[in-house]
Amino acid sequence: MGADLQEFVQHVINGISLGSIYALIALGYTMVYGILQLINFAHSEVYMVGAFASYYAARFFDTKPGFATLVILLFISMTVCSILGVLIERLAYRPLRKAPKLNILITAIGVSLFLQYSAQIVFGADPKVFPTVLEDSTLVKWGEVELRSFDVAILGVGLVFMVGLHYLIHHTKIGKAMRAVSSNSTAASLMGIDINRIISTTFIIGSSLAGVGSVLVGMKYPKIDPLMGMLIGLKAFVAAVLGGIGNIYGAVLGGILMGLSEEMVVGYLSSTYRDAFAFGILILILFFRPAGLLGKASQEKV
Amino acid sequence: MPSPSTPSKMFQKSLVTPVAAMAVLAGLGYVIDVTANQYVQLIFLYICVNTILALSLNLVNGFTGQFSIGHAGFMAVGAYVSAWLSMHAHPMLLSGQLEFLNYILYAAAGGTFAALAGWFVGLPSLRLRGDYLAIVTLGFGEIIRVILLNTEAVGGARGMFGIPSPGDFMTKFLLATFWVMITFLTLWRLVHSVHGRAFLSVREDEIAAQAMGIDTTKVKVRAFVISSFFAGVAGSIFAHAAQYLNPSTFTFTKSVDAIIMVVLGGLGSLTGSVFAAIIVTILPEFVLRPLQEYTGVDLRMVIYSLALILFMIARPAGIFGTRELPDLFKRKAQ
Repeated sequence: MGADLQEFVQHVINGISLGSIYALIALGYTMVYGILQLINFAHSEVYMVGAFASYYAARFFDTKPGFATLVILLFISMTVCSILGVLIERLAYRPLRKAPKLNILITAIGVSLFLQYSAQIVFGADPKVFPTVLEDSTLVKWGEVELRSFDVAILGVGLVFMVGLHYLIHHTKIGKAMRAVSSNSTAASLMGIDINRIISTTFIIGSSLAGVGSVLVGMKYPKIDPLMGMLIGLKAFVAAVLGGIGNIYGAVLGGILMGLSEEMVVGYLSSTYRDAFAFGILILILFFRPAGLLGKASQEKV
Repeated sequence: MPSPSTPSKMFQKSLVTPVAAMAVLAGLGYVIDVTANQYVQLIFLYICVNTILALSLNLVNGFTGQFSIGHAGFMAVGAYVSAWLSMHAHPMLLSGQLEFLNYILYAAAGGTFAALAGWFVGLPSLRLRGDYLAIVTLGFGEIIRVILLNTEAVGGARGMFGIPSPGDFMTKFLLATFWVMITFLTLWRLVHSVHGRAFLSVREDEIAAQAMGIDTTKVKVRAFVISSFFAGVAGSIFAHAAQYLNPSTFTFTKSVDAIIMVVLGGLGSLTGSVFAAIIVTILPEFVLRPLQEYTGVDLRMVIYSLALILFMIARPAGIFGTRELPDLFKRKAQ
């Protein structure tokens, strides 16, 4: 196998690993959008709080690197994130359920900023080093291509949660209710579905997936700060739009594609504009296929 | 009152208020020039900058019902373009007594480039539902900052030094108030014209507007481009008031400042925006700074964001709602 090909395979591995993190966060955006037609700007801050929660938990319990630590941190981060997600929905979004879309959007921005700047005061604005979750080791070495423990863990954890979400949405009663609310909330409520409960559930699931993403990111890129959510949130949102917002498989596909393309841009072009790249993709999708890759273009009904 | 008969008389009458307002502002400028120190003078220039910024953002967020959250990006485009021009194109233009007139040109050029950027960003995103614009403008604001940080020709991360000044405070203030008047009048006449009705109809009900034969995409893009132009002008005035530019000035925080002004003043009220711009510019200097010294932490953005949430829940219309200042007097007369 040539050196070029080996390099390419390595980029693909890194890209998929980064992409599954984007996918986890994108799922949160897309689920909330599917149910409320709202871009939940605060989602990226939920993710940030999750990272800090697991950071402080790891310091408090003085964890040793290992699989058990990963599970514990995932659990803590998911719990904190879902509580925060539900609180945001209850306190900020629910009073505005019947208000114009613009007002809810402004509130979402407000919540996002509030969390960002409160976090700077509470946690401090300086970056913190995330504790080691897993021992960094090379599991498989194939020429120049390395399969590291981080990437395997990210892929494994990501896959478990995505399959779990699929099961939840398509094979449980609550999943059926979520799909019903997403397709027509008025009709769903006439069928006896408690809309508020479904919305809260959606926030719990979406936020806990962000919590999973935050631990995985902390594991691979161990530097966290209160503004870390903004950029990754933007990219995850682009991923959700790329796949077709409102569609959970689209979010996964979009996330993987975003991760791959970002890794390729950094590997073969330049790392300066890696963040500008996501924006370029967004503009292109909006121009050519605004419904996204897997989304169906829908006509707004009167 | 009886309406004037001929177009020329109507035109003359329409000039009365702005000329009077300009005279009052010039008087105010003279008073500040004589009595206040440089720091306070700079704050007054920033009030002008923020007023233009808030007015322009109100056209998109207030009157057209879209949601832009990257206004600082367009301001940055205007600021850098006009600063670059004033540093490099200066010898080719007027000199001596009339030199200050060049700065109107630089501001217009900065605004034009910002408008082009607005067209580029607005065209794809405004075809869709309003919330896409939010995310696209957010991205745009960040990208502009990254590009500026990496462009050595404008100083990169060090910033841009040695931007020439139009003259003393009085000159700067008159130029700034001139643009405030232009912005206010343009937007006032615009939103009270048939085009303004189109903007409002898009805000109220896009589908109904479409049914009435309004090309909603075109209307939204038009509002957005005009808004970007004036954001660029605000950037230009800022550049020549501060005489130093740095990419870190034009962060998301700056865009949020503008949003706060529009929401506080009232989405869809121009005088409300002016009022809120004055408050939001002065408040950090005289209230929040002492508070910060007292508590030791910077609470400005926390307070702003909380205000944003609370306003949306308790009084989404802002202080003025969609009313304008003259409406208050009209009501008394009845």
